[in-house]
Amino acid sequence: MDKNINIKVRVWRQKGPKVKGNFETYELKDISQGSSFLEMMDILNEQLINEGKDPVVFDHDCREGICGMCSLYINGFPHGPDEDVTTCQLHMRKFNDGDTITVEPWRSAGFPIIRDLMVDRTAFDKIIQAGGYVSVNTGGVPDGNAIPIPKYAADEAMDAAACIGCGACVATCKNGSAMLFVSAKVSQLALLPQGKAERAKRAKAMVAKMDELGFGNCTNTGACEQECPKNISISHIARLNREFLKAKFKD
Amino acid sequence: MSWLINSSIGRKLIMSISGLFLVLFLMFHSLMNFVVIISADAYNAIAAALGANWYALIGTGILALGFIIHIIYASVLTLQNQKARGSNKYAVAKSQKTVTWASKNMFILGTIIFGFLVLHLINFWSKMQLVELMHGHNYAAAGFHDPTDGAYFIRELFTQPLYSIIYIVWLVAIWFHLTHGFWSAMQTLGWNNRIWLPRLKTLSYVVATIICLLFISVPVYYLLGFGA
Ligand code: HEM
Ligand code: SF4
Ligand code: FES
Repeated sequence: MDKNINIKVRVWRQKGPKVKGNFETYELKDISQGSSFLEMMDILNEQLINEGKDPVVFDHDCREGICGMCSLYINGFPHGPDEDVTTCQLHMRKFNDGDTITVEPWRSAGFPIIRDLMVDRTAFDKIIQAGGYVSVNTGGVPDGNAIPIPKYAADEAMDAAACIGCGACVATCKNGSAMLFVSAKVSQLALLPQGKAERAKRAKAMVAKMDELGFGNCTNTGACEQECPKNISISHIARLNREFLKAKFKD
Repeated sequence: MSWLINSSIGRKLIMSISGLFLVLFLMFHSLMNFVVIISADAYNAIAAALGANWYALIGTGILALGFIIHIIYASVLTLQNQKARGSNKYAVAKSQKTVTWASKNMFILGTIIFGFLVLHLINFWSKMQLVELMHGHNYAAAGFHDPTDGAYFIRELFTQPLYSIIYIVWLVAIWFHLTHGFWSAMQTLGWNNRIWLPRLKTLSYVVATIICLLFISVPVYYLLGFGA
């Protein structure tokens, strides 16, 4: 049964990108374990506003695990201690009465902090803009159902397409590498007939952008796949390596 | 070919190929060492064949180059990765149970391996190929033991328990490095999918264990007093 719990939240507060931040601890009473983590954050903010203080800034949008905006490092794990969920899908029943919960922003050189718990993830948008799309226009669009696609390819592409671009993989990576994200985006298109035409160009352009933006060199620790809320597998990273090497050797 | 330096996957390709080359070398070296337990004469025959002749010297040169490339790229990669990670550290960071310790400490393991490698070269190479190079057949006049008598040097070293233990520690570090390195190299080459990923990880442990057991058998043999 869900109860009401009293907790302390230790939140990272930072006024701006260049300002030094610090932790502030707030007490919250009577939080229903049935509420979500972000609802708890809303209650915290209401309390702060009523006390005349600045509310805690954090990213969120859909609150149903599909947009990839929410991004909190909770008690040492991106998206919190639960498996395969985003922060917005995390529930307070994962915590106990009397707990102190530490909430931090993503910390990685590729994602500079904007304010408090909000970080700048436009680097991901730039990588997508570099080639994460299909641009071949070939007249009338054929009916999707009329294009035969092997089941395994469709499944792999679908699994890769589940990536919501949240950045938990980068946040948890000791190398600050974005390979899981980029590999999911490259895989998803390379596996399907529509994306195949530009696969070589895409792999080269997206990897070049990723490197240019200063993300690290993957050493296959596998921390990313553990923390990914969408369970993206590092076998996609092998596919990205393959796509990239093939493209380069063909040149 | 600048992409081998300028792109992350290119750099990893070099890491992977140089690493696999070193793995191949270790396979050969561990098998060769094991021979000393079976027959000291047979071992010395191999050691003599790999003395100061042109093909052994070219081999040594290529090997040294392999190490140098692997180490330079390892250092560059590690520095870049630290920069990409940034100085902003988490106050609370837990590690995931499935992430192996070795995978996060490849550079530290490599540094340990390199440190012992220097000792190893002093222990053996400087007394064998180097002496042969500098003094040819007149080693005795210069005050050295027969440089092709590898079994002698092994016995001299490993009958000192301290050295046996140092070498065993070294081999444990190599074992850890290989348990991650072998499958990571395959992953870098792009040879992986959902079926092969677990297989290659297991194979990694098998390869690392076989190589290290072959190597370790020699100091253990002497440590237990068989070779004295
Ligand atoms: C006995 C000698 C060695 C062998 C057989 C060996 C083997 C390997 C292999 C197979 C890899 C995997 C490459 C990849 O992930 O694509 C690797 C990675 C690595 N090695 Fe070595 N290595 C040796 C010595 C060293 C030394 C001396 C250093 C550094 C001082 C070093 C540092 C590293 C680092 C930092 C990595 C990157 C980790 C990764 O990408 O997974 N290694 N090594
Ligand atoms: S791969 Fe997973 S962790 Fe990385 S951005 Fe996509 S959904 Fe988030
Ligand atoms: S708010 Fe959209 S995924 Fe969490």
